[in-house]
Amino acid sequence: MISLRIFLVGGLISFRALFNWLSPWIYVPSMLVAPIFQILLFAFVGRSAGVQSDGFFVIGNAVQYAAIPCLFAMANTIAGERWTQTLGIVLVTPARRVPLFLGRSLPVVLNGFLVSMFSLVVGCLLLGVAVAGGAWLPITLVVAVAAASCTGLGLVTAALGLRVRETAVLSNVLFGVLLVFCGANVPLSQLPGWMATIGSWLPLSHAITAARELAAGASLADVSGLVAREIGIGAGYAVIGLVALRLLEVESRRRATLEIQ
Amino acid sequence: MRTLRMLVVTYWLHLKMLATSAFDGVFQVVWPLFFATTAFLVYRQSADPDALVYAGLGSAVMGIWSVIATTASSLLQRERWIGTLELLVAAPTRFALVLVPITTAMASLGLYSLVATLVWGRLLFGISVPVAHPVVFVVAVAAAILSISLIGFLLSVVVVRYRTAWALGNMLEYPGWLVCGFLVPLTLFPTWVTWIAYALPPTWGMRAIRSAAAGGSPWFDIVVCLALGLAYGVVGALLSETVLRSARRHATLALT
Repeated sequence: MISLRIFLVGGLISFRALFNWLSPWIYVPSMLVAPIFQILLFAFVGRSAGVQSDGFFVIGNAVQYAAIPCLFAMANTIAGERWTQTLGIVLVTPARRVPLFLGRSLPVVLNGFLVSMFSLVVGCLLLGVAVAGGAWLPITLVVAVAAASCTGLGLVTAALGLRVRETAVLSNVLFGVLLVFCGANVPLSQLPGWMATIGSWLPLSHAITAARELAAGASLADVSGLVAREIGIGAGYAVIGLVALRLLEVESRRRATLEIQ
Repeated sequence: MRTLRMLVVTYWLHLKMLATSAFDGVFQVVWPLFFATTAFLVYRQSADPDALVYAGLGSAVMGIWSVIATTASSLLQRERWIGTLELLVAAPTRFALVLVPITTAMASLGLYSLVATLVWGRLLFGISVPVAHPVVFVVAVAAAILSISLIGFLLSVVVVRYRTAWALGNMLEYPGWLVCGFLVPLTLFPTWVTWIAYALPPTWGMRAIRSAAAGGSPWFDIVVCLALGLAYGVVGALLSETVLRSARRHATLALT
């Protein structure tokens, strides 16, 4: 029961306390306007190059933009606590670490999902991309899976936040890696082999492919394999993140580096 | 002479400080490279070598806009945060003359990105960007840097009352990349977008750089680029005085 409370209440309070994104002055430009311009940028690059359709870029970039809320927010679970000098207080509590950190990831998943869906809907409206009415529900499910999967990678960045001071740089670099490798703007089949291989082991890649297939008329059953792989990859990163959090926490205590700014 | 010395010293001092920041380093070199790489991969599908050269040159200049949009917007907030804003304001030099060399130093670091992207495109994608008039090309790049830095100056002043200006700066990065002709020809946009584009100095800077590289005559573009930059600078200078008076009157200079 205590673990459940830590998971739900602790996660919500932590999210509200740590992230100024709930302020519209930051949330609107960063989470609502920027992804729309990213979609427009690559859609027009695609038009200029004469490759792919607007829908291809709308779906790819809308789903990929979940990386911003998911990676930055999870990294901030450590960096934000350190900045406010509460990291030591959090880690000295007897609370179990799995509900503690997974609880913090739940609002992040929700936020990532909302940002992606908003980008997808507005991107479709702006560029006149038609998606069949029946496809929206399965696409929504896939976007939710993508946000959860990316938050798994975010847990790894949170763990690295125990050793890396510039977590914003780290999150930006990972965002860029996802942009290039996960097929947001170039189909995995068109990427060089080694890039496609890396991309297939990253979160978002399979969700993007699944969402595109759904928009093209496939059923949820048709893309179930892709969705399952996305869930598996996300779960894998989450487990790595939780293990790394535990190991690096112990290491940080041993080296007394927890509070180093 | 004292003013010129102050401009040079401030420029050099901030150039050195910015060059040592890992955060800024990533933004200047690595961050635009991700977008350049994606653009190269998209354009490569078209199998048109000219399109790749177009993207190669545009991607290289993107970093100059990127560094200004993301760092100039939070310039005054940063000075305020580290407690030096009051010192800058209290200095006998005009405030605008203190800020312009700082934003110019920021824009100059976009040169890192320019060179890195050209080398990146050459090594990984085999994109060779021919430069027909190297000297004119350098002049065009310098004009673009100067005019973009003056936009940065105006931006830094406009958002001084906006405590989360960094978010606004980050938001401006994509629109600049989109409408200034870095990666997308202006002919693809509706007319009203091209009007906005032509009111922005980077559009003319990019045109001048492309023209110099292609062997054309970029002088008209260079002049328009500099004139527009100067206009933005004048507006920024006038605005900075108003903003300062307001901040002194309301005692909000040091509020973080």
